[in-house]
Amino acid sequence: MGNRTTAVGHHILPLKVYLGVGAALIVLTAITVTVSFFNFGPYNLLVAMVVAAIKASLVALFFMHLKYDSKLYMIIFVAAILFLAVFIIFTLFDTLLRGDVEPITA
Amino acid sequence: MSQTAGHPSFLQHHFSDAEQQRESAKLGMWIFLLTEILLFGGLFCAYAIYRSWNPEIFHNAHVHLNVYLGTLNTVVLITSSVTMALAIRSMQLGRRTATLRFLAVTLALAAVFLVIKYFEYSHKIHLGQLPGKFYTYDGIAGTNPHIFFSVYFLMTGLHGIHVLAGMATIAWLVVRTSRNVFSSEYYTPIEMTGLYWHLVDLIWIFLFPLFYLVG
Repeated sequence: MGNRTTAVGHHILPLKVYLGVGAALIVLTAITVTVSFFNFGPYNLLVAMVVAAIKASLVALFFMHLKYDSKLYMIIFVAAILFLAVFIIFTLFDTLLRGDVEPITA
Repeated sequence: MSQTAGHPSFLQHHFSDAEQQRESAKLGMWIFLLTEILLFGGLFCAYAIYRSWNPEIFHNAHVHLNVYLGTLNTVVLITSSVTMALAIRSMQLGRRTATLRFLAVTLALAAVFLVIKYFEYSHKIHLGQLPGKFYTYDGIAGTNPHIFFSVYFLMTGLHGIHVLAGMATIAWLVVRTSRNVFSSEYYTPIEMTGLYWHLVDLIWIFLFPLFYLVG
């Protein structure tokens, strides 16, 4: 694979990994923009977020080296995403369903 | 100051070796990035609430954003992430001149991003597509279309401030690199700035479709 390490044992990725990931990100951007010109109703948001999640994973795994580094950093990153998901989903439980269980008075 | 063998100048005295120093910096940086994710998270949550409450406003208002400029900025930011990663790789290989070049290109691309954002903002300010009471535009159907622009300016504005902070840090790296501070053994500040810069890119990867494509 041509992986090298520095004098002090740091992991060095081959050039083609960075260029390949960069090209993949550009292609995915082109895909998500092209798709946005068609209307899939409620699936518009889903498609856009799935593509964005794939792009974000590529950035985190390769550019931010999460794939190669100690898994501790991966745990921190995933924990942030998990707590963010709890934060948003539980807030939406309130704001979306307000008044559905009991009518709003006052 | 005399140096004992095996104790390089960049190693702070409270670390036992360079590897421990580097791992500590990285751990601290990732915890900082976690707080950044949660900072923007609050705004993503606000976006989710306002969008779910005002779906028609978000749809009617988002078509007023320029998809081409947004796409161009996405490509600019992704490219700057690649050049930032290549700046780190070059220093890992001990190529100082290449590192300087890649840092300069990253800095230039960040500036291009902000210039494009400036044109978008000034167009909106000119039309009065602004947050809250500053909203004077009357071409968008629906109640309170200013809500969309409040969320838009808040999220892209905070992101823009992060781009500015990244530019300041990268400019500092250019100075430090040209002063020969870094080597293939010590390039932690470049690596940490890289992590920050990639996170700024990562946040834009979500902002772009949420505002320009499916608003």
